[in-house]
Amino acid sequence: MTNSIREIPISECYLVIGSNTTENHPVIGSMIKNEVINRGKKLIVVDPREIELARYADYYFQIRPGTNIAILNGFMHVLIKEGLYNKEFVQTRCEGFDEMARVLEKYTPEFVADICGIDNPEDIVAAARLMARLKPMALYYSMGITQFISGVNGVKSTANLQMLLGNVGIAGGGVNPLRGQNNVQGSCDMGALPVSYPAYQPVASEDNKKKFETAWCVPNLSLKPGLTILEMFNHAIAGNIKAIYAMGENPVMSDPNQRHVIEALESLEFFVIQDIFLTETGQYAHVVLPARSFLEKEGTVTNTERRVQLMHKVLPPVGDAKDDWWIVQEVAKRMGAQWDYKKPEDIFEEIRKVTPSYGGITYERADNSIIQWPCPSEDHPGTQFLHKDKFTRGLGLFTPVEYTPPAEEADFEYPMVLTTGRILDHFHTGTMTRKSKVLEENVYEGFVEINPNDAQNYNIVNGEVISVSTRRGSIRIKAKVTEKIKPNTVFIPFHFFEACANVLTIDAVDPTCKIPEYKVCACRIEKVQS
Amino acid sequence: METITLTIDGRKVKGETGQTVLEVALKNSIKIPYLCYHPKVSKTGACRVCIVRINGTILKASCVEPIAEGMTVVTEDEEIVKIRKFILELLLSDGDHNCLYCDANGDCEFQTLIQRYDIQEVKPSASRTPKEIDYESSNALKRNENRCILCGRCVKACREIQVSNVWSFTERGSETHLVADDGKRIGESSCVKCGTCAQLCPTGAITFQTVIGRGSNWELTSIPSICIYCGVGCKIDFYKNRDNILVKAMGNYTGPNEGHLCVKGRFGFDFVHSEKRLKKPLIKKNGVFVEAEWGEALNLVASRLREIKDKYGPDSIAALSSAKCTNEENYLLQKFIRSIIGTNNIDHCARL
Ligand code: SF4
Ligand code: SF4
Ligand code: SF4
Repeated sequence: MTNSIREIPISECYLVIGSNTTENHPVIGSMIKNEVINRGKKLIVVDPREIELARYADYYFQIRPGTNIAILNGFMHVLIKEGLYNKEFVQTRCEGFDEMARVLEKYTPEFVADICGIDNPEDIVAAARLMARLKPMALYYSMGITQFISGVNGVKSTANLQMLLGNVGIAGGGVNPLRGQNNVQGSCDMGALPVSYPAYQPVASEDNKKKFETAWCVPNLSLKPGLTILEMFNHAIAGNIKAIYAMGENPVMSDPNQRHVIEALESLEFFVIQDIFLTETGQYAHVVLPARSFLEKEGTVTNTERRVQLMHKVLPPVGDAKDDWWIVQEVAKRMGAQWDYKKPEDIFEEIRKVTPSYGGITYERADNSIIQWPCPSEDHPGTQFLHKDKFTRGLGLFTPVEYTPPAEEADFEYPMVLTTGRILDHFHTGTMTRKSKVLEENVYEGFVEINPNDAQNYNIVNGEVISVSTRRGSIRIKAKVTEKIKPNTVFIPFHFFEACANVLTIDAVDPTCKIPEYKVCACRIEKVQS
Repeated sequence: METITLTIDGRKVKGETGQTVLEVALKNSIKIPYLCYHPKVSKTGACRVCIVRINGTILKASCVEPIAEGMTVVTEDEEIVKIRKFILELLLSDGDHNCLYCDANGDCEFQTLIQRYDIQEVKPSASRTPKEIDYESSNALKRNENRCILCGRCVKACREIQVSNVWSFTERGSETHLVADDGKRIGESSCVKCGTCAQLCPTGAITFQTVIGRGSNWELTSIPSICIYCGVGCKIDFYKNRDNILVKAMGNYTGPNEGHLCVKGRFGFDFVHSEKRLKKPLIKKNGVFVEAEWGEALNLVASRLREIKDKYGPDSIAALSSAKCTNEENYLLQKFIRSIIGTNNIDHCARL
């Protein structure tokens, strides 16, 4: 997030796009609800499913999955056409406006409504006017923007809109992606990415190579960017990747196209995984190492607003389980590393030295105060919101972005659109929540949401087990007939191994950041003959 | 904002415009008792327990009384004590408070005040009627309305913090009671089980169902940590008993969540005590996993990785890091793969 959770009360208006906030980031969802319901703030929601927030929205757009860019362009088209954008901000803080304006010309409300499959184009105009009138507006998004082959462009569009409105660099505004896992932000910051060292310092740079060779006392760090998860699997099948070392991941459940992942894991010569349970993925390992759970360890995590917080040891470890860092160090030592970390804080002190944005953060500060990176030095208070007086690159760059259709569109053979996501009571692959009494009791099986119209056409009743298939596979799953979902579209949460959505999803990826297109593929539903 | 100076119990203290007498007093460790007030919800001044004497004359509910320059406040005198006792006795006689059976015993704001004001057993009031006890309908919450003091915190918690508007009061006078969704049982209502009402309830009228461990409140220890689920990063006080079994999770007020939690953060922690937890390293031998000692497992991992690196080169090895692990662990794994293996093949589930 460019901005902070505690700024929610400062915003006058919220645009929530591709985020089912009340189920996936419930505490933030409630904060937004409080402002809208109890304090009369305005809300605009864009989502293919009629999520809870849609009920309280002043304008709600039930778009076809994968058409975010079109509607964002539509809002901007209106803002420019009616001269409602923040001209001062655009002139003094940004560049690239003219090229973008040219691209936006054709995104008239009618043109956009047609792409998005919505029948209220006049609301696009009204919503754009509302955005222009109410400052600051905060934009929130989540995987509903990013999990497309056009994910990177979707993110650029959100930035375009907020810059056009002058809602960047001010409290209560911002472009605010909601991170799905408790430490995704931190894993990226720490360089658990194929292209960068900690703090996003590119690996393909001689300077960075030297810097880290010195810091780590090693010769010959590689300049060649590494592979992303999905590439690793492709290369495993092709025979180029021979071994995988996994620290608590469950790609068999979480990655698109499950069969492909299994094939990849089976082609490895060596696969080692450290985790707290023997997961669906662990079954394919040669060695499984027992790790400690979050309540048995100490260390820092970084939340969606860049706030670094300290986790404490609450419980003693289970059996012979060990800290993940200890396990990595023991393997490293056996392979020649001269490491001698005695506790997580020793590692953190090293992190501070090589990660400029974390330089001023200490365990003490993380535990006792609100501290958000960038925080370069110990006398720096941390950064509540980014881009205050200037952007990292100087001027904010408008990037013209065209709407492009998803990789796989509905056709004669697969006439429906499948979209996937999470629900309130469960998390990701269900490894933890499905072993939780209350959560598992609340929702104990998977389901597929179907619009009543489609249910009628296919002669399907609520609760009936049906089959859902795509070009990659087929599952049996209970139908949940609901108005929440758009006609011709179905939704499946991916937490349930018994009815695993990722048997169906497509492994097409965004060309730049390689995010898979979980949010849309073509599918077919069928009645199961009994 | 303007600074305002006032005197509370003879002490000069400072506050800001918009603050109430109670807020300034609490900030200065002056302990005015209260029941309906809670810093995270709106104030109504309903319970009257927090009355104080303003400028030597009138009695006011301090939780709603704005501070003023030069104001003098007395937080307790003979008359105030009498009124407080009267209110507490009335509440006692209208309810049924048998602490022995109550989950809040030892951690009950009402009990604390009963002790502070040295109240002895009172007779049930003539108008007292047995109220709803519902320990079954919800797997998250337990209710015993006989312990309800009608403070309204639960109503406000659900309206202003969770914003699901489940609770409301119905009927009047001695018949006043709480209903979920216009008369449903809590388990059949639209409650999303965030548990905020139970966290704010000053008595044992709304408590948590047992998730895994139990224990008397004075035996529990609490340690703060961060929720393992979504990216909000809620700070949670985890309570465990003397056997190191988790009992409950409470939202910490200094975290980004400001005390609030969702159902996952509140109840989704028992997996750590699961029987299925891995306790020993496992090595696959002839297709089946066999338990091993650390030394053997680590040696095997290191030697296999070294062999593969030597035979096929560093780029034949890849690592998957985890968004559920700490910064330190992620840092160390990427350092390992880059500096010891010699490849940039590392990624995690950020995109998934
Ligand atoms: S648990 Fe949460 S949703 Fe349920 S009644 Fe209490 S505050 Fe409302
Ligand atoms: S249930 Fe608890 S919080 Fe709600 S009114 Fe009764 S005593 Fe107050
Ligand atoms: S308690 Fe809920 S909202 Fe808070 S971090 Fe955990 S999952 Fe997210």
